[in-house]
Amino acid sequence: MKKNWMSYPYIVWMLIFIFIPLLLVLFYSVTMRTDQGLIFTLDHYQRFLEPIYLKVLFRSIYLAFICTVLCLVLGYPMAMILAGNDFKRKNIMVFLFVIPMWMNFLLRTYAWMTLLERRGLINTFLSWLRLAPLNLLYTQEAVVLGMVYNFLPFMVLPIYSVLSKIDQQLIEAAEDLGADSVTVFRKIIFPLSLPGVISGITMVFMPAVTTFVISRLLGGGQFTLIGNLIEQQFLYVGDWNFGSAISMVMMLVILLSMGVMSRYDKEHEGGGLW
Amino acid sequence: MTQNIINLVNVSKNYNGTEALKSVNLYIRKNEFLTLLGPSGCGKTTTLRIIGGFEEPNSGEVLFNGVNINSIPPFKRKVNTVFQKYALFPHMDVFENIAFGLKIKKMDKKTIQKKVRNILNLVNLSGYEQREINSLSGGQQQRVAIARALVNEPEVLLLDEPLGALDLKLRQEMQIELKNMQKRLGITFIYVTHDQEEALSMSDTIVVMKNGSIQQIGTPIDIYNEPKNPFVADFIGESNIISGVMIRDYFVKFAGCYFECVDRGFTDNEPVDVVVRPEDIKVVSEEESNLKGEVRAVTFKGVHYEMLVRNNSIRWKIQSTTMAPVGSRVGLLILPDDIHIMKKVTVK
Repeated sequence: MKKNWMSYPYIVWMLIFIFIPLLLVLFYSVTMRTDQGLIFTLDHYQRFLEPIYLKVLFRSIYLAFICTVLCLVLGYPMAMILAGNDFKRKNIMVFLFVIPMWMNFLLRTYAWMTLLERRGLINTFLSWLRLAPLNLLYTQEAVVLGMVYNFLPFMVLPIYSVLSKIDQQLIEAAEDLGADSVTVFRKIIFPLSLPGVISGITMVFMPAVTTFVISRLLGGGQFTLIGNLIEQQFLYVGDWNFGSAISMVMMLVILLSMGVMSRYDKEHEGGGLW
Repeated sequence: MTQNIINLVNVSKNYNGTEALKSVNLYIRKNEFLTLLGPSGCGKTTTLRIIGGFEEPNSGEVLFNGVNINSIPPFKRKVNTVFQKYALFPHMDVFENIAFGLKIKKMDKKTIQKKVRNILNLVNLSGYEQREINSLSGGQQQRVAIARALVNEPEVLLLDEPLGALDLKLRQEMQIELKNMQKRLGITFIYVTHDQEEALSMSDTIVVMKNGSIQQIGTPIDIYNEPKNPFVADFIGESNIISGVMIRDYFVKFAGCYFECVDRGFTDNEPVDVVVRPEDIKVVSEEESNLKGEVRAVTFKGVHYEMLVRNNSIRWKIQSTTMAPVGSRVGLLILPDDIHIMKKVTVK
């Protein structure tokens, strides 16, 4: 209690930069400027229920889901390799894995554009092999690829951190009791790594479902995601009220998915992110 | 040969160039309680891990019922281990922990339930099936760990300092329980400890190890009464170890006096080490003694007093129920039976 005053700056900070803006967004989402002045309305939310917008929402969730599954499938073995016993190689691997994260996110995504372009590196290589060029950029797959590439570390690192903390004796104990390596993984390693998996899923799903840069650059604007929709409303259409309403829906989706995750997490040991 | 369940033949193990085990030879009889005893880093845990299959020896053979099992992985061995820090699975309750091995063997549910109930009964934890591991005390976790290993009815149970984390009273209780279990179940126990009292009170056979090699193998009584070298003498109980000279058979000189003893087989005038246990030295009046000295320090230890008595340049450690005040002169009596003569070991 004594050092309570130390938290004041943080509280002020949070008030100004988190709480008040959130309130503003909420306020915009339920108001409309008319000739009679400001009125409260749920029109914006109702408008969002139109099929064209719901489709965007479902596409966002669908792509984010695919991205999360791919990250998990790719990331888990990766985390296991990183958490393995080979000490020298381990540090280099973690290092290599983290290096791309030091580079600007936009730059990395632009790099993929030059790779995937019609006259890009991959197609040049294909034509060199006398194969027909492929349509790679501006596809749904390109968007997913960009997401997986950018968000994979957020899956790998939490799983890696949980895996590397698992007591080696537990694995030996399971082997001692007759478990082969498959059983050890199924009954011991995987269940114990669940907190990391859940952190990873949350950390990948959230940015993936809200991204707008990746879908714009690699999707060429053909695959409008909910992030793009919000961006459009604020920057190009100028309909802040509708944009705010979409943002609120988005927050709801994220809160719901976090709620599901944390409930599941509680059944097991804590130690994850949330 | 049929009596020996495990044979280690010239087993050596290196870790990055350092020798953890140096050509160890050891046989373990069926149904015995064998203890590997030694200070940390002596190779006792390595020996256990080689038997458990967690380490492969660099050379030598591990025979189980006469069959080489060097490269058999742990999950195919008929041994089970109780780990030092219990290594219970934190995401499972007590029942699931104990049933882990049985489920892998694909036993039917009823048999598993019955076996778990019986084994919980054996370790005095009836009714604890649904308890979470983290809600158990150290002693209870210990029992679960033992139950989890025993329920698989191994031919050999390996125990790696299983009582190390418990307090003294609980440890003593568990020692008795473990010994009883071993007798009742007729399972071979291989027990690793650095606690000599624990080893003495539980074992049928003690293997004293140091720096990766075996110093002495014998029953607790043999090891205590007839230590083969000063290391064993010093490690098992407390000892006064003094240089002496074996004048002839049954006659030895140390501390400037001549003593009769019960040892023979040394060459005349051979330098030897003489071991006398502190409790074997009697404090008597100066007339009836064969050594005299001055009391330098007295410590009360509960059952007895521990005194340091100086005679010439030798400090004798003595345990006695009677106390002589510091500074007083006392007589010491050492009987022939209590003098243990050992060949001189060249100091490394």
